[in-house]
Amino acid sequence: MTAAVAARRVAASAETRRFWALTWTLAVTDWKLRFYGSVLGYVWSLARPFLLFGVIFLVFSEFAKLGDDVPHYPVYILFALVLFQFFAETTGNGLSSLVDREHLLRKVRFPRLVIPLAITLTSVFNVLMTLAAVMVFAVANGVYPRWSWLQLPLLLALLIMLSLGVAMLLSALFVRYRDLAPIWEVISQALFYASPVLYVTTMVPESFQHAYLASPIAALFAQMRHAIIDPTAPSAAEAIGGAYRLLIPLGIVVIAFVLGWWVFHREAPRIAENL
Amino acid sequence: MSTAARVTPDAFVADVQAPIAVRIQDVSKTFRLPHQKYSTLKERALHPLRSRTFEELRAAREISVEIGRGEFFGIVGRNGSGKSTLLKCLAGIYEPDKGQIDVNGRLSPFIELGVGFNPELTARENVLINAIMLGLTRKQARDRFDEIIAFAELEDFLDLKLKNYSSGMSVRLGFSVAVQTDADILLVDEVLAVGDAAFQQKCFEQFEQLKAAGKTIVFVTHDMSAVERFCDRAMLIERGEVVSIDEPAKIARQYNQLNFGRIVHADVEGERSGDQSAEIRAAWFEDIGFQRQAAVPQGEFVHVCVEIAFHEDMEDPIFGWVLRNDSGLAAMVSTTHIHNRHTGSFKAGDSIVARTGFAMRLAGNRYTLSPSVARRGVGSDVVDVREDMVTLLVHSSHITGGVVDLEQSFEIVEAAQ
Repeated sequence: MTAAVAARRVAASAETRRFWALTWTLAVTDWKLRFYGSVLGYVWSLARPFLLFGVIFLVFSEFAKLGDDVPHYPVYILFALVLFQFFAETTGNGLSSLVDREHLLRKVRFPRLVIPLAITLTSVFNVLMTLAAVMVFAVANGVYPRWSWLQLPLLLALLIMLSLGVAMLLSALFVRYRDLAPIWEVISQALFYASPVLYVTTMVPESFQHAYLASPIAALFAQMRHAIIDPTAPSAAEAIGGAYRLLIPLGIVVIAFVLGWWVFHREAPRIAENL
Repeated sequence: MSTAARVTPDAFVADVQAPIAVRIQDVSKTFRLPHQKYSTLKERALHPLRSRTFEELRAAREISVEIGRGEFFGIVGRNGSGKSTLLKCLAGIYEPDKGQIDVNGRLSPFIELGVGFNPELTARENVLINAIMLGLTRKQARDRFDEIIAFAELEDFLDLKLKNYSSGMSVRLGFSVAVQTDADILLVDEVLAVGDAAFQQKCFEQFEQLKAAGKTIVFVTHDMSAVERFCDRAMLIERGEVVSIDEPAKIARQYNQLNFGRIVHADVEGERSGDQSAEIRAAWFEDIGFQRQAAVPQGEFVHVCVEIAFHEDMEDPIFGWVLRNDSGLAAMVSTTHIHNRHTGSFKAGDSIVARTGFAMRLAGNRYTLSPSVARRGVGSDVVDVREDMVTLLVHSSHITGGVVDLEQSFEIVEAAQ
C-alpha cells in the first residue's frame, strides 16, 4: 500500500467519522432543543401520543364499539399511533429540513445527507423513548413479553428505512418545489386513515386484503400486531396470502429508500445555490 | 509592464517556492436567474413554456490562480464582482460549472462565524456544535474547549445562553472556534468587519501568527489598508474575471481607480516616485483613541499615520501628505516643511511612524491619502511618494457641496443706518 493510498484511506475514514459525529450532534441538539424551556420536558413527548390515544380510544372503542372483538385493542391503537407518528414526523420534518437549515448549508461544506439523517435520528430517539412508555402500558394491559418481541427491532428498522427514504426524497425536492409542503400534508393525513391505525387489518374486507397489504405501513403494522400484541392475529405473510407476496411491500420500502437516496445525491451539489 | 494591463491568468506564474496550497484552474460558475421564479408546481403546470427564459449570471469566468503554501492572499473586488462566489466554490459550498479546484490541506472557512450557533443553547454547547461543524471530532472539540473560551475571553459566561450574549461576544466565540480548527488553509470573508477595534486587532494578530506557522490564508475584503498591511499578493476581480494578480499596493491602487473611475493626477509619473532611500511602508488613519479607522465622522479628531523605513541616514527629512477628495481636488495638504520643523535625525534601518493629528473639518466625502518623504535641502528632492495609498471616508449628517465645513456662527443684526 503506497503512502498516498494510506493517506487517502485515513482521510476517508476521517470524513466518515465527521459525517457521523455531525449527524449525531445535530440530532442530539435538535432533541434537546425540543424540550428546552418547557417545565415537563420529556413528559410532553409522551403526552401527545397518549392524549391523542385517549380521544381515539374513547371515540372508536367506547362510542363506536369498533374494536370489541379485537384483543388488546387499546394497546394496538397506541402502538400503531406511535409508529405512524414516527413516520409522519420524520417525513414532515424531513421535507423542510434543508430549507430550514439554509444558514448551515450556505456557509459550511459538509455532506448534505447529514441533514435528513439527523432529522430521522431525532425522530428515532423520540420513538424509542415513547415506545418504552408504551411497553409499560402494554404490560399493564396484559400484553406480556414474548420471544416474538425480538422482531420489533427489525420492524422498526424497515419503518426507519421507509421514512428516511421518503424524507431524503422530499427534502431534496422541496428545495425546488415549495408547494410540496401542503401536498405532503394531505398525503400524510390520507396515509393515516389508509393505514391500520384506528382499525386493524382484519377489519378490511377480505377481497381488498391482499391489495391493502401491499402498503408497507399496513404490512408492518399487521406483523407488529401479530408479533407483539396478539399472536392469534394473522401475520403479515398470512394476511397478504403467502410470504413471497411480502416482496411487494418490502420492495416498496427498498424502492423508496433507493429513489430517495438517488434523488438526494443528484440534487446535493446544487442545494446551496438553489435555496 | 504597466500595472493597468490585464494579466491573463494563464500567463501568471506564482512566484512562490513553496508547494501549492490552492490551485484554481479555469473555474467558471454561472447562476441561472429565472426571469420569474417558478417554484410551485401549479405555476410550472400553467406556464410550461414561460419558465424557460432565464438570465445567466456569470459570477466567475475562467478564473485561474495558484496560491502557495504559507501565503497571505487577498481577493478584492467591488460588490457583485464574484469574489464571494469564488470563495464559496473554494469552500466547497458551490460546485463550479467548469474548471478544477485543488485544495492541499484542510480548509477552514471563516465565511461566517458561529455557523450553527443556536441562541437557546449555552456557550459550552454551541462551541461543541460549531467545532464539529468545522471538522473537529467530539474529543478534539472537548479538549480544546478551554483554549477556545480563553481566546474569546468569555470564561465568566460559559453557561449563559447565547441569546443573552452581545453580538460582539458571539462573534468572538465564533472566531475562537474557527481559529482552533487546525486548518491548513483559512478562507476569510470580511468577518473582521464585525467586532470592535480591539478584537479586530486580535484577529489580525492571530492571522499573522497562523501565517508564521505556515498556514495559508485567503482573504476577501474591501479594505485596502488591510490588504496592503497583511497580504503577500492580491488578486483584483471584476465581473467575474481576474483583472490582475500583483503585489498588494498595486492591487489597492487599481481597486481605487476602478472604484472611483479616475486616473488620479498626471503630475507624478506612475504611482510612486523618488529613490526610495526612505520607504513609505504603510499608511492608515486613527481616531482620537489611536484605533485604526477607515471612516470617521466629521468633526472628530483624526490622526494620519505614515510608516517609514529608512534605508540610509537622513537629517530632518520632510514628511508630508495630501488628502484628495473624490474629484481629485487636494482638499488638505500637510508638510513639516511649512513649519520648518526639525523632524530629527534617522539612521539606516530605523522604522518610524509619522503621526499628524487634526480635527476633521473636511466635507463628507471619500478621501485618498498620498504620503511623501523628501530630503531637506534646496529643491527638497523626493525620496518616496505613494499616490492614493489609503482611503478615508468622512461621513457627515449633511452635504453642502463645499470642500470644508468649518464651524460657524450666524446672527442677524440690524443694519447701521
